[in-house]
Amino acid sequence: MSTQRQRRAEAPELKPGTLSKPELLQMYRTMLLARRLDERIWLLNRQGRVAFVISCQGHEGAQVGTAWALRPGIDWVLPYYRDLALVLALGMTPREIMLGAFARAEDPSSGGRQMPSHYGAPRLKIVSGSSPVATQLPRAAGVALASKLRREDAVTAVYFGEGSTSQGDFHEALNFAAVQRLPVVFVCENNEWAISTPQSKEMAIQRVAQRGHAYGIPGETVNGSEVVKVYHAMKQAVARARQGEGPTLLEVLTVRLTSHSSDDNQFSYRPKEELQTEQEHHEPLAAFSRYLRQAGVLDAPKEQELEAKVAAEVDDATDYAEKAAPPAPESLLDHVYADAKPQQ
Amino acid sequence: MAQKNVLEAVREALFEEMERDKTVVLLGEDVGSRGGVFRATEGLQARFGPERVIDAPLAESSIVGVSIGAAINGFTPVAEIQFADFILPAVNQLISEAAKLRYRSNGAFSCPLTVRTPYGGGVHGALYHSQSIEALFCHIPGLKVVAPSTPYDAKGLLKAAIRDPDPVLFLEHKRTYRLIKGEVPAGDYVLPLGKAEVKREGTDLCVITYGLMVHYSLEAAEALAREGVSVEVLDLRTLLPLDREAVLAASKKTGRVLIVHEDNLTGGLGGEVAAIIAQDGFDWLDAPVMRLAGPDVPAMGYAKTLEDAYMLSPEKIAAALRKLAAY
Repeated sequence: MSTQRQRRAEAPELKPGTLSKPELLQMYRTMLLARRLDERIWLLNRQGRVAFVISCQGHEGAQVGTAWALRPGIDWVLPYYRDLALVLALGMTPREIMLGAFARAEDPSSGGRQMPSHYGAPRLKIVSGSSPVATQLPRAAGVALASKLRREDAVTAVYFGEGSTSQGDFHEALNFAAVQRLPVVFVCENNEWAISTPQSKEMAIQRVAQRGHAYGIPGETVNGSEVVKVYHAMKQAVARARQGEGPTLLEVLTVRLTSHSSDDNQFSYRPKEELQTEQEHHEPLAAFSRYLRQAGVLDAPKEQELEAKVAAEVDDATDYAEKAAPPAPESLLDHVYADAKPQQ
Repeated sequence: MAQKNVLEAVREALFEEMERDKTVVLLGEDVGSRGGVFRATEGLQARFGPERVIDAPLAESSIVGVSIGAAINGFTPVAEIQFADFILPAVNQLISEAAKLRYRSNGAFSCPLTVRTPYGGGVHGALYHSQSIEALFCHIPGLKVVAPSTPYDAKGLLKAAIRDPDPVLFLEHKRTYRLIKGEVPAGDYVLPLGKAEVKREGTDLCVITYGLMVHYSLEAAEALAREGVSVEVLDLRTLLPLDREAVLAASKKTGRVLIVHEDNLTGGLGGEVAAIIAQDGFDWLDAPVMRLAGPDVPAMGYAKTLEDAYMLSPEKIAAALRKLAAY
């Protein structure tokens, strides 16, 4: 079976540009942390200690690259369920992530009410999302509308997979945002698989970015394993939004290294060779590591040091969250409305 | 005091709330330069500008979805769905998102959104401009559903809905827009959500109802009064949360209950009211709880014969009351 799409042989990646060495290292560290946290959660799931996991692996470059162009706590972000690296980059902590995985009362996203990876954090302007895909896109347009009405320079960034671009809400949101020239960036993390549906069955077009044209907004595709390119593309889109030039559709090509979730087995539908090829050529952590070594920012001792630090953080987060209390059953009726509990 | 119709009352509430609170914005199809297809928002864009009264594209899911986002980011949106029959594309946003946002975030996020929509028949609206859709939403914890019957209630309850920190579906019976007039004080007053009101005191029977049917029930009550039967009429006003206390008080007072709604019988709100009375008011009943409702057909027809066959009327309600009285 041929590959889904033709990835052109990429030119050598851009020079870091305005990214400093410490920033590049921090970006790599965040990607590494996301990967190791993610791997740990899978392990816990397979051990029966965590009920469900839906993974970020292969998406780290897209998420960290775009996150670095945003201002955490000032710009608004509406993630979807694969956005672990994104929320870490914005300032959620490993402990907070693990509290969600273990469904603890202290979980900031939902107090253990939502499945893991339904992130939310008011202090970081990370807006709580749900499971029905693409519902966050009109919501993002509304958040951006509010910023615009108040003449603030905050930008809204909303993330979703390529499967979500089939939903009506995707089209309605882009249209509304375009008509109103809203300061919102639509970031599509395209890993070519919507559970078992390959892109060729999901849409008739080659690139999600083409859809921008249909709504009168710029659309751009960038390779998610080229983190610096991702950063620059997002930076431009954010600048456009901030300058009142309206929305952008930014498609970032990623790899879904794992099955859709712990309730899926992708080898029942995904050709092993396709995954292998993707892994060899477009795995973002390895790609960024190579890039940084070539740029003289990273070396073997530094990587080892980072791995050790990250491992310690992952262990700490696991221990903390596993020991934390689950939500009390009596809390079941809280927060249905602002005031009184519902009648029962 | 001025006599105003329901439409004028709605418009006045919107006007006063937008003056009082700069975060109130309106969003919907044709609400701006046209002032709404029923003129409910007439004059508001001229007064408050196109940034506070926004003409949206023809897309209900995003009308509600965008409003939710604006609500999260500091505004108090009042979205309009042009006809309740067209609310269905927005159900995912209303039920999956607006209703659950506070609960799913453990209180971290909330949605102070009002969605206004005209519903109900008797206007030659046929299948898709006459529907009652309240039952769908009354089943959804996290939402509130309000259906006033009078201009006075419409203004006070709409203000309450706009000020409520949770999502409120505000249902305006389109037949009452111009038909029903009443005293409406100028200036600010707010009526409580979740509270029914006795519109007519009575002792022998009670009608529990809402919307246009309140007025038809009052006419029927008049007819029965001439026959020596005293009928109480309880206007639910808020459909979710239901005023259980008022429902039980009325059923206890009279012992004979007729629930009336224009909406289809099966799965309609009448079943919920009847269950409450049967469970917690059983001892006081002198007759089974009766329901009079729209027939179980997909919607009312355009031909007058079909519309009249579907719609309830004071005469149909009076006939049901006589049966209940005779039990």
